[in-house]
Parts: sequence; structure tokens; C-alpha cells
Amino acid sequence: MRYNEKELQALSRQPAEMAAELGMRGPKKGSVLKRRLVKLVVNFLFYFRTDEAEPVGALLLERCRVVREEPGTFSISFIEDPERKYHFECSSEEQCQEWMEALRRASYEFMRRSLIFYRNEIRKVTGKDPLEQFGISEEARFQLSGLQA
Amino acid sequence: MAPGSPPGPAIATMKLNERSLAFYATCDAPVDNAGFLYKKGGRHAAYHRRWFVLRGNMLFYFEDAASREPVGVIILEGCTVELVEAAEEFAFAVRFAGTRARTYVLAAESQDAMEGWVKALSRASFDYLRLVVRELEQQLAAVRGGGGMALPQPQPQSLPLPPSLPSALAPVPSLPSAPAPVPALPLPRRPSALPPKENGCAVWSTEATFRPGPEPPPPPPRRRASAPHGPLDMAPFARLHECYGQEIRALRGQWLSSRVQP
Repeated sequence: MRYNEKELQALSRQPAEMAAELGMRGPKKGSVLKRRLVKLVVNFLFYFRTDEAEPVGALLLERCRVVREEPGTFSISFIEDPERKYHFECSSEEQCQEWMEALRRASYEFMRRSLIFYRNEIRKVTGKDPLEQFGISEEARFQLSGLQA
Repeated sequence: MAPGSPPGPAIATMKLNERSLAFYATCDAPVDNAGFLYKKGGRHAAYHRRWFVLRGNMLFYFEDAASREPVGVIILEGCTVELVEAAEEFAFAVRFAGTRARTYVLAAESQDAMEGWVKALSRASFDYLRLVVRELEQQLAAVRGGGGMALPQPQPQSLPLPPSLPSALAPVPSLPSAPAPVPALPLPRRPSALPPKENGCAVWSTEATFRPGPEPPPPPPRRRASAPHGPLDMAPFARLHECYGQEIRALRGQWLSSRVQP
């Protein structure tokens, strides 16, 4: 699949929601744990060799599962292939917890569901649609019907 | 895997979870926009008709509507969406900043389709959505906590996403259309306010907002906002907002008069 790699690289240079040096192990059998600078920017998780400016790779965090593994370790996998896991080793339980929470909330889909939730809550309290003032109340992507069961 | 650039010395390309990306492209969830668009192959290349699917901040394109896997994807962060002068009717561009950055020229099959796509794409970024969510979060807290029925107005002091004007007009001074540091911003995140309704052909850019410092975000991110009415925030942004308002009104007038043609 073609993608605009330069722009993705530029995105990796943006200030991150979270960044830390973690141990990372790829999904392939026999992968070795490596130190990587891991950086969360919008719904992408970039990972860099610790002394390099360009990322080794990126993970789009849509339809992903974040699961606790051993203490201080979590994994990211994707719905269509839950056994194919990227492992991340943190330096503390707190760091692990922090990353897991952030990653679970990092997807566009999560953000969309939050929006729909807040919209409805506000409507319940005030009787008004808060999206009207922004001119986006009719957008299909913000309708309740758009939520998957 | 190469993004269509001419062959050169072998450079290790960035890894991306393309398989997951492909699944995201073709999963059952409702899409944010879909339709045929003509995509210009390169600077001097022909247009190819492709089936485009917008999902989140990803614009996928397929050979046709029945294809199982996308030909490619355009990641919509840090770009502006503009109308362009082109040989094709109903053309618009998704423009990224930086030297040698790519501009994707696309053309719809009708005026309505073009407008729909321009609107959808200019609001597709994750950053935009996050602004909306934070604004609503704040409003919900206000109506719950304040105990009132009144809906708080969006705070006027913060910068709405700046519009990107068609190339026929003079470029907007001083405000970069590329992700760039916003000077004198003391807060890690700007307090949010959303752009007003779009007018005519004025479009809004999907500029990625800049967050200084890699600090972990507390969950509810609003807590970090302090001094939302600081004079530093209000004055320049309010002025810029008014400045854009004038240009938008001018643009709209132009567009409306150009429509009334036999």
C-alpha cells in the first residue's frame, strides 16, 4: 500500500502526547527485546532507535488491543490478528499503567465515541445539540447510528 | 511500498503496520465519506479514477469500489485542503508543508461532491476531533457543575483552525499552514474553540497543533489549561479571527457572484 511516508516522518517529529524509552519486541517469533524511543503522536505510535532522528517504524493505533502481559509489560495487537503482539517493557508499573491508558484512548475511533457520548450527555442536560454552534451537527460520523454495536 | 517517488539510492523505508491499515480501510464500520475522485498521478501525470474512502484521518484509495485492498492511503495530519486552478473541473488539493512535500490534486465529479469532500477532508484530522472533544468535555463539566441550563459559549480567545485560501488570493500573512510552533503560547494545549460555519469556498486547514514538551497527558487534558483569558491568548487571536472573517466574507461574495453564471 502506498502512503505518504515523508508526511508520516514529519508527523513523528511533532511533539508527542507521550514519549519514553522502552524495551520493545516485535511480533515475529524469536524477536529480541530492543531499546526504542517510543513516541505517541495522534493515533500513531512511532518507535526510534535511541540515537536516530528518523523512526524505524510506526503503528497506526486503530482497532488495536492493549493488554497487560508480565508485570511492567504490555502488548499491542490488532483485532484481526490478536496473537501477533508487539511487546513493550516499561521501567515501572506506573509507567506501564500510564502507557496502557494513553494507548487505549489514542485511536480516532475512541475519540469519535467520546464525542458522541459528550454530545448526548450535553443534549440530555441542556436540550441543545452542542455541535450546532460549530456547524458540524449533521456530519454522518457524529451520529449515534454510526456507532458499532 | 515506495510512495511513488523515482528510484534512487536504497533507503530503508519506515515500517508501518500495513496489514492492520488495510483491515481498517475495509472493515465494516461506517465510513466518513466515500466516492469516486480523480487523482493526479504526479506533476505531469494523468488523472486516475479511484474509489476513495475517508475513515478517521486516513484517506484510502482503491482501484474501484469492489477492491479488497487499497492501492494507497493519504494520512491527513498537518495538511491543508484548498481549491485549485486545474485543467479538471471540481479540482481541489491536499497540500502538505515542507520542502519536497507532496501535494495531492484530486477532482470530484460534481460541485456538490467537491464541496462535500473539501469539508470532510479539512475536518478529518485527529487534532480537529480532539479539539471538539475537549470543548465538549468542558461544556459538559460546566453544565453539570454549574447547575445551569445554559450552554456555555465557546471561548473566543483561542485560535480557530486557520482557513486555507484558494491560490487565487494572496496568501495569509504570518500564519503558517504547516505544523509549526505557535509563539508565546504558555499552555501545553491551546484552549479549544472551533471554527465557525464554513462559508462558500473558504476552507479550513487541518493544521496539527503544536504541543511543546513530551509530557504525558493527564486524563482529562483540560485540567492543564490555566489562565484561559490571559491577554496573550486573546488579543492576537481575536484579531486574526476577525481578519480571516473579512477574507472569508470577501471570498464568499466572490464565489456567490461567480455562481450566477449562465
